[in-house]
Amino acid sequence: MASVSERLSVGGARREVVETAAFHRAVFVWIAALLLVAPFVLYPVFLMKVLCFALFACAFNLLLGYGGLLSFGHAAYFGIASYVCAHAAKVWGLTPEVAILAGTATGGALGLVFGWLAIKRQGIYFAMITLALAQMVFFFSLQAKFTGGEDGIQAVPRGRLLGIVSIADDRVLYYIVAGIFLFGLLAIYRMIHSPFGQVLKAIRDNEPRAISLGYRANHYKLMVFVLSATLAGLAGATKAIVFQLASLTDVHWSMSGEVVLMTLVGGMGTVFGPIVGAAVIVTMQNYLAHLGAWVTVVQGAIFVVCVLLFREGIIGVLARKLRKPL
Amino acid sequence: MKLKTMLLATALVGALAGMAEAQTAVKIGVLNDRSGVYADLSGEGSVIAARMAIEDFKAADRGLKVEVVSADHQNKPDIGASIARKWYDQDGVDAIFDVPTSSVALAVNQVTREKNKIFIDSGAGSTDLTGPQCSPNTIHWTYDTYALAKGTGGAMVKKGGDSWFFITADYAFGHSLEQNTADVVKKAGGKVLGTIRHPFPGSDFSSFLLQAQASKAKVIGLANAGGDTINTIKQAAEFGVTQGGQNLAGLLIFITDVHALGLKAAQGLVLTESFYWDRDDASRAFSKRFAEKSGGKMPSMVHAGVYSGVLHYLKAIEAAKSKDAGPVMAKMKELPTDDPLFGKGQVRADGRKIHDMYLFEVKKPEESKAAWDYYKLLATIPAAEAFRPLNEGGCPLVKG
Repeated sequence: MASVSERLSVGGARREVVETAAFHRAVFVWIAALLLVAPFVLYPVFLMKVLCFALFACAFNLLLGYGGLLSFGHAAYFGIASYVCAHAAKVWGLTPEVAILAGTATGGALGLVFGWLAIKRQGIYFAMITLALAQMVFFFSLQAKFTGGEDGIQAVPRGRLLGIVSIADDRVLYYIVAGIFLFGLLAIYRMIHSPFGQVLKAIRDNEPRAISLGYRANHYKLMVFVLSATLAGLAGATKAIVFQLASLTDVHWSMSGEVVLMTLVGGMGTVFGPIVGAAVIVTMQNYLAHLGAWVTVVQGAIFVVCVLLFREGIIGVLARKLRKPL
Repeated sequence: MKLKTMLLATALVGALAGMAEAQTAVKIGVLNDRSGVYADLSGEGSVIAARMAIEDFKAADRGLKVEVVSADHQNKPDIGASIARKWYDQDGVDAIFDVPTSSVALAVNQVTREKNKIFIDSGAGSTDLTGPQCSPNTIHWTYDTYALAKGTGGAMVKKGGDSWFFITADYAFGHSLEQNTADVVKKAGGKVLGTIRHPFPGSDFSSFLLQAQASKAKVIGLANAGGDTINTIKQAAEFGVTQGGQNLAGLLIFITDVHALGLKAAQGLVLTESFYWDRDDASRAFSKRFAEKSGGKMPSMVHAGVYSGVLHYLKAIEAAKSKDAGPVMAKMKELPTDDPLFGKGQVRADGRKIHDMYLFEVKKPEESKAAWDYYKLLATIPAAEAFRPLNEGGCPLVKG
């Protein structure tokens, strides 16, 4: 999606950029305000789940929407981070923030290895390699001793933040999760509006041209892959602390599919789209749970409608209506 | 006179207040798989069973206003745990029932303990629920993998099936199922001729079945579950394993699976369950009523377990005159259980509910006289022997 700023003349573009930045700042303030008030209106555990998935989807969107790389194995980084975080908190007895960092680092490290392998190919082959590697992680998680097989790692203690503040209370934990989420979102925002992000978009739109301009496309691709895997890991590790468990669901390929769905429904290549997408999908899973099998049917129907009617996703359509990049 | 009126009025107000108090509202949550592989086994049937228990208890006449809610956990522990949390925190659910799939059951076990509510599991098989992860708030009602291994392994050896070959799903659950059964077989004097592990999930079992056939073991134990077991049984039928004189023993299989397989494929299969609809008059009467409500489907042991669990739970609330977890759990463990489906039993200190288990063989197509006429009873395993001894589970509640 060509952003508005690219279409205008240089002088106009400058004003446009300043205006857009101000507009985005306002959106961030709104998001922060919403996050502050939300737990008094909605159920905190549900909100934390939405935030974890929103961060996961944002991380995925960084790779797909800005790097143009469709990874079909993002559950691997999300899941392995949640296992490592759960194990660190439960067995090694680390404090939650260290456990989350350990999980995040593992996600990033795995992303480095898998990304290095996967970016050697493009398009469908890239997607298939990421899927195959993610399946290996799934089978590793199924077999490895420390993951507890199909029972997962249960009863992970929430512990005390920095060894001092107890986060057993849902609302206290919520604000920490909200902080992590905002941090992740701002980091992504900063990345895509930096020179690095500009080059990334150039590579996405026309890789040979970017190479001919002297950019090492593969370095940038690997970099964005690792960043995306790290942030996915941050989301997975946080989820392990919130739900006090890590399980095979998090590494299963259907999780990789779900995050694609969230990103597409919300709006691929938009900053705020994946948040809305994650909120829509998680809300459906939560509030339609009593419908049983119909949840998946409704999810499928929404996906079809989304692809047929508004391919840019919810936020993508909104951005077009407002004539502002979101 | 005035004093008398006043006293009378006070007494009346007191009585009214007492009556209002007696009308206790209880909310039961049935959390299970309503869309996936265990939907037949648990699903809507468990909700029907819970409603029947409330009806049979005549809850309304006894001052209990019982409401049932249900949800689908999609066999995902995080979804199960978040539904459980929401139910306890927001919707005022007092107890959760059913919950098949061990990983989800263990997650709900934790949430229930944290929120100090009650969890009565019928659908899951993990012995950890009454072992290392046992909780003062959980009762494991219908069966567990130990009881299935014990029933099928022990009783088969007693009947002459003393040499075994295992086809095992290659992951923690399969390994533990195989280990449990092999221990029982060896203790009973049988021997294990060999084991082979298949990838999970598998689809082609022919080479494993050929090896099992070649081993000449009298019993082929299927230490796998769900779709794997069904595929193994189907392919075994194609190879004529049971016609060749070997017995096929399912270590985790339910009547709904047999129904799905059909008798032609499932005939000769040996399995253990804690309930069969056609076992006696009481179970037939219950099952007939159940079938009317469920569109002709007979109840599985998981459904029966939900019925029996809800009944005992309501009895305990009445006896404890409270719905708080502490007193109700104490009453449930104190009162012996007695219902038309499982007969007499009790709830142990570790939360294990014990009752008789039964070893069945699946009938040949020509032996079956009516729809759902699937099993013949081979042996009854008495309650005292059927389950893991109290001191062997490693449950911290037992030492105290």
